[in-house]
Amino acid sequence: MVDLFSIVAIVGGAFFFLAGSVGLLRFPDTYTRLHALTKADNLGLALIVIGLLPQVGGVLAGLKLVVVWLLVLLSGAAVSQLIARAARRRERQ
Amino acid sequence: MNIETLFGLGAAALVGIGLYGLIVLPHPLRKIIAFNVMGSGVFLLFGALAKRGAVAGLLADPVPQALLITAIVVAFAASALAVALIVRLIEATDSASLASDPPEEAAQ
Amino acid sequence: MMTGGIVNLAIVLLLMALAAWAVLVREAFLAIAGFVAYGLLLSLVWVRLYGIDVALTEAAIGGGLTGAMLIGAVSRLRGTEAAARSERSGASLHVVALLLSLGVAATLALCVLALPDPAPTLAPQVIENLAATEVGNPITGVLLAFRALDTLLEAIVLVIALIGVWSLAPDRFWGGRPGLRYESDPDGILAYFARLLPPLGIVFAGYIFWAGADHPGGKFQSATLLAAMWTLVLMAGLADTPRIAHRGLRLGIVIGPLVFIAIGVLGLFSAGALLAYPEGWAKPMIVVVEVALLPTLTLILGLLLAGPPLRHDRPGSKA
Repeated sequence: MVDLFSIVAIVGGAFFFLAGSVGLLRFPDTYTRLHALTKADNLGLALIVIGLLPQVGGVLAGLKLVVVWLLVLLSGAAVSQLIARAARRRERQ
Repeated sequence: MNIETLFGLGAAALVGIGLYGLIVLPHPLRKIIAFNVMGSGVFLLFGALAKRGAVAGLLADPVPQALLITAIVVAFAASALAVALIVRLIEATDSASLASDPPEEAAQ
Repeated sequence: MMTGGIVNLAIVLLLMALAAWAVLVREAFLAIAGFVAYGLLLSLVWVRLYGIDVALTEAAIGGGLTGAMLIGAVSRLRGTEAAARSERSGASLHVVALLLSLGVAATLALCVLALPDPAPTLAPQVIENLAATEVGNPITGVLLAFRALDTLLEAIVLVIALIGVWSLAPDRFWGGRPGLRYESDPDGILAYFARLLPPLGIVFAGYIFWAGADHPGGKFQSATLLAAMWTLVLMAGLADTPRIAHRGLRLGIVIGPLVFIAIGVLGLFSAGALLAYPEGWAKPMIVVVEVALLPTLTLILGLLLAGPPLRHDRPGSKA
């Protein structure tokens, strides 16, 4: 039962990663591509972490997984902001 | 086919790919990247050998793995020195050519 | 298990595809992006091979630091790519190179398939003697007790590489500051990021350093994390690179190898061989060496990324 939940959540996360990659390849410009990547990676990774949480042994390991997700969220947000700002500046020139 | 043989064969392929790139690519920075690919292929081969040395108490032979950690760090240092040389060459002569004629000094 | 085999096969094929892409693609920047992805996938391969310490080192140094350094270099290419492409050698060299690479790869593959069975291994000796070193992680035991000489020489090689990078400075800038001065935008996202992340990074690095005694980790991975935090702070413009003539900087760089050599000589007199540890003193001496090597490794890795000195204090000032 728990394994089924994990499998469903992880497959859902993988689907979001796939959607993000398809968006990266198919969207027309930088901003929409950033949108696809960050939404997909944040939600995809969240689903994978949720799927893995019942599988780890102990609260501390589960907490480490959540901290990893938060760090990826933080770096994704900062980097996408920087890329979008650089793209905007390049457009204006 | 067990995991060590599979990764060993993959490592052999990586060494071949890296060697091809090292010889054929004209720009020195690309040569460094190809050299790193070749180096990591050699490390992977070594790692597959380490996994083969597993015994009852340990999942892999730790001596090759410790040597691999040393190797990765030294490979980074060598790449850093090579990249610094390339950047200096480009700054000094405005071209990244490795041709035999001595380079002319670029206008500073 | 069948599924494990399929996963391994998929990883190997993807690895070869990424390597081929990094070598064959036209633009250098794309090649570097492929190379960074290749490095991260390779660290996953190390986990499959039960080399967790190697996986940590590969992800940090092979993927992260090498990628950062290559991206820093590609931004200074000044259009040399087009000129290099016009210099491409003829078809005959391509054919020869292809045959040579195929030959080397085939020879290695044959060697892999002809390996002796059972495999020669030093693992039993490591298990026997690990208790005497009082560390729980066999990799740390090998790095700092059984093969301590390799680690000492590696630290010295790093110092020499750094001196090599510094020697590429123009004469008038010797003793100056490496790299460019980055402007800091105090309200910008990068400055915010560079204020938020380093405290976390320092805590994580401290944990990895201390846990390296009994779990995967140790000074190499921890020093890489600290060097990365330092580079982030430099890139956000929140601090400037130190002058390479700074005495404290130079002391920090050499203190690791010096302490290591001192402990080795001490071992020569007290336990009979260079870098031998006397009975019962193994753990304290290992801790001393690791603590001394941490600043050395951090400074060297960060400075290798920064490059040779390119300026003195005020940009635009003479000599």
